[in-house]
Amino acid sequence: MSLKTEIEFTLNGVKRRATVPVEMSTLDLLRDVVGLTGTKYGCGEGECGACTIEVDGLTVNSCLMFAVDCAGRSVNTIESLAGEPLGERLRAAFVEQGAVQCGFCTPGMMMQAAHVLSACGAQDDKAIARGIEGNLCRCTGYKKIVEAIAVAGKATGA
Amino acid sequence: MNQGIERYLAPQSLDQALFALQELGEVTLLAGGTDLMPQAKAGRAKFKRTLMNLRGIPELKGVSREGNTLRLGALATITELLHDPLVGEHLPVLREACDHFASDQIRNAATLGGNINNASPAGDTLVPLLVLDAEVELASRPDEAIYRRRMPLSEFFVGPGKTRRAPAELLSAVLVPCPAPGHVARFYKFGARPALDISTISIGLAGVRKNGHLENVRVAFGAVAATPLRALATEEALEGRQLDAQTIARVAATARQEVQPIDDLRASAWYRQELVHNMLTRMLEHVAQN
Ligand SMILES: Cc1cc2nc3c(=O)[nH]c(=O)nc-3n(C[C@H](O)[C@H](O)[C@H](O)COP(=O)(O)OP(=O)(O)OC[C@H]3O[C@@H](n4cnc5c(N)ncnc54)[C@H](O)[C@@H]3O)c2cc1C
Ligand code: FES
Ligand code: FES
Repeated sequence: MSLKTEIEFTLNGVKRRATVPVEMSTLDLLRDVVGLTGTKYGCGEGECGACTIEVDGLTVNSCLMFAVDCAGRSVNTIESLAGEPLGERLRAAFVEQGAVQCGFCTPGMMMQAAHVLSACGAQDDKAIARGIEGNLCRCTGYKKIVEAIAVAGKATGA
Repeated sequence: MNQGIERYLAPQSLDQALFALQELGEVTLLAGGTDLMPQAKAGRAKFKRTLMNLRGIPELKGVSREGNTLRLGALATITELLHDPLVGEHLPVLREACDHFASDQIRNAATLGGNINNASPAGDTLVPLLVLDAEVELASRPDEAIYRRRMPLSEFFVGPGKTRRAPAELLSAVLVPCPAPGHVARFYKFGARPALDISTISIGLAGVRKNGHLENVRVAFGAVAATPLRALATEEALEGRQLDAQTIARVAATARQEVQPIDDLRASAWYRQELVHNMLTRMLEHVAQN
């Protein structure tokens, strides 16, 4: 029997409570407790970035973060990008540039892309590639992903 | 998988945290979780009866300057160190190591205190901190007052995952003397790819340049022994000697003898010794030319 504790945090702009086992990951909290399945489980050990979320303005791997550590913090998932200007620009650019194949890496990739663009503004391809080093894609070969992020970034700058 | 955590604590001050540590003894400490979570899942780390989240302790945060010493809080993240102006100005060699650390997502979560207390021989901040003569500050509260002791980082590591921290202590900060003018320091990390790679070996070098030689030489290696290693024989071979081809060859040969690497999935012991020899040679040639 594992100990559970109640936490209160802000998820995609809305305050909420959850009761979680203390050793649970934030990824399991999001997918299994809250039911937001946009955030993906790829490797479960910090290597692939499919589980990328934003916490207090910085991106982290939700599979490495303890769910209890969400308490009092502001957590944003891929679901928060829908309807947001930057999120919509990224979505359009990913589709137009062909940056999505199987799509499994896409939610984590877009969260990290949004962070790279909003933290540093429009960037060159090198800086974008550096920013997504922690996100693996098995399908696209990255080139189209970098191009899509650059396109979305230019639209940001304009 | 876990023995059952019976209590979860998230203290909001150093005093609260140390009081609880003194009372409870058996506590698993949580900072960024980037080591603890995968280790716990894989069964390599067992939770103690209490899990204590350190995040809410303001005294463990931030970077500040106290006289001629930089104080790096245990909760400072790798990202914070990477962008900190004091670190950039005084400890560029530590900044360099942070730049080669994992990925953006991990740098945003991983803390300095976690990197040190995880005590991996491949921990990337350890080698630069060793050549910078860093000390760890360990805080405890045996009675009414907070007690802080200091220990050179070079004495802190006992073996993989093992340190001289007592159960009732927290690592509160790392203290690094601001290097003097003329100080040169280098860090080199070898991994199979640029991102998300645990060091196959790493090398740190520091000293004060005086007409053609280095004084106060410090050399440290990562991932070549059970703990990060201060290489005293290699230091002695370099100390005060003209930085010419002959010295460099002798120093690199000494280093190859001094390290005691193991074979593992990342590299063979032989390959690690070759890397140490060749990359230290290259590093010293670069220092000699600049
Ligand atoms: C995919 C991946 C890639 C990685 N790449 C690198 C890399 O390139 N270089 C590298 O060096 N490391 C790397 N790591 C390891 C890890 O990210 C670092 O060691 C990190 O600095 C640990 O910090 P944390 O805050 O996450 O520690 P946690 O996991 O929270 O804690 C680690 C250990 O330190 C203890 N601890 C934490 N804070 C304190 C304190 N203040 N006092 C006493 N004990 C404390 C904890 O109890 C635990 O035993 C990687 C990890 C992963 C999963
Ligand atoms: S699932 Fe978290 S990094 Fe792969
Ligand atoms: S599109 Fe398939 S993993 Fe990236």
